[in-house]
Amino acid sequence: MLKALGCVIRRDLLLAFRRRSDVVTTLFFFIIVVSLFPLGVGAEPGLLRTLAPGILWVSALLASMLALGRLFALDYADGTLEQMLLSAEPISVIVIGKVIAHWLVSGFPLVLLAPLLAVQFDLPADSIRVLFLSLLLGTPVLSLVGAIGAALTLGVRGGGALVSLLVLPLYIPVLIFGAGAVGAEVSGLGASAHLLLLGGGLAAAVALTPWATSAALRIALE
Amino acid sequence: MTLQGYQLACSRGERHLFTDINFEIVGGDALRIAGTNGSGKTSLLRLLSGLAYPAAGEVRWNGQNVRRAREEFCSELIYLGHANGVKDDLAAWENLTVSATLSGHPISREQAWHALDLLGLGDVGHLPTRALSQGQRKRVALARLWLDQPPKLWILDEPLTALDRDAVAHLCRKLESHLAAGGMVVYTTHQEITLGAGRMLTLALGEEARC
Repeated sequence: MLKALGCVIRRDLLLAFRRRSDVVTTLFFFIIVVSLFPLGVGAEPGLLRTLAPGILWVSALLASMLALGRLFALDYADGTLEQMLLSAEPISVIVIGKVIAHWLVSGFPLVLLAPLLAVQFDLPADSIRVLFLSLLLGTPVLSLVGAIGAALTLGVRGGGALVSLLVLPLYIPVLIFGAGAVGAEVSGLGASAHLLLLGGGLAAAVALTPWATSAALRIALE
Repeated sequence: MTLQGYQLACSRGERHLFTDINFEIVGGDALRIAGTNGSGKTSLLRLLSGLAYPAAGEVRWNGQNVRRAREEFCSELIYLGHANGVKDDLAAWENLTVSATLSGHPISREQAWHALDLLGLGDVGHLPTRALSQGQRKRVALARLWLDQPPKLWILDEPLTALDRDAVAHLCRKLESHLAAGGMVVYTTHQEITLGAGRMLTLALGEEARC
């Protein structure tokens, strides 16, 4: 089972490496969206400091949404997804492998970039630390939950827009606690409650979503 | 070891493709699914492989419904459909290693190269398959059949398309040796091929479907 998990992760990372441009596109999307806000709302430091956690989180949400299309669609088109469903391993193991690889190339770089972008909003160091932690806990949830939407919309025309309608409402709790963590830290309440809730969300998503995603894949391929 | 179709039926929307298909094959048997375009050959093969649910009836592997014995069944199955299941960005040998590992029979790099050599892909096995011709890609997909100790049941949907005459003969010999070793083959094809099998069965769809 671990062999299959490792095999899927290695395969997807290798494929992502051979199609680097796709990965870089998502990253630049994130950077550009974040950088547009100061231009739009004006360069008043106090305002930007308040807005920064929300802006970074919403941009991370949109960027990870953009990357969802690559999760299953290409494998679906060339028939390799079919072969995965016929694997002797449980399908949820394969789904977990694919989601881990997907997060490593589309979620984790956002987590690493966010502190750097937070500097341009003049966030204090403590807030940046909390932001980093909240993204580290929150972006895997986005990938896990998004996988269900990506699987359900396989082979559907206009699947890209549909997946946002399906998945964005499910992202709301992550957004509230993720961006809220930074706000709580600034107000002196401490971010630990928010971070613990995010951690709990991650644990629940790890336990439940691979199962839902494999069911969705079965339906999509029938 | 048996594969049994019991009162299988399949419908697409309002249209009934076939109903009440019954057959049973054992080791050494070859079953050809015949029928015109649109008669449901591919749908039947997808039912047999467990990718799709039948509208009625069930597929049984050693007497058990394949849905319930999924992992046991899948480790004895090679299904090659219309789509080759070959990744364009991976080299031929990488494709072969990944699909072998996922089907539950991990292989070494040497074994992958050996199978590719047998199919005449030794010179191009390191290229991304996007650089290969249609027939060569088909061979990459088929290379799983040339690995040591392959699964017992082969379900092949049009395995001969895009292959040249030598490759067709080569594949037929491989199928014969698999059957002689007690394997089973279920296939569709529009080309006439003759296999020396224990039993050669044909299931004609679109008419009174019986075998």
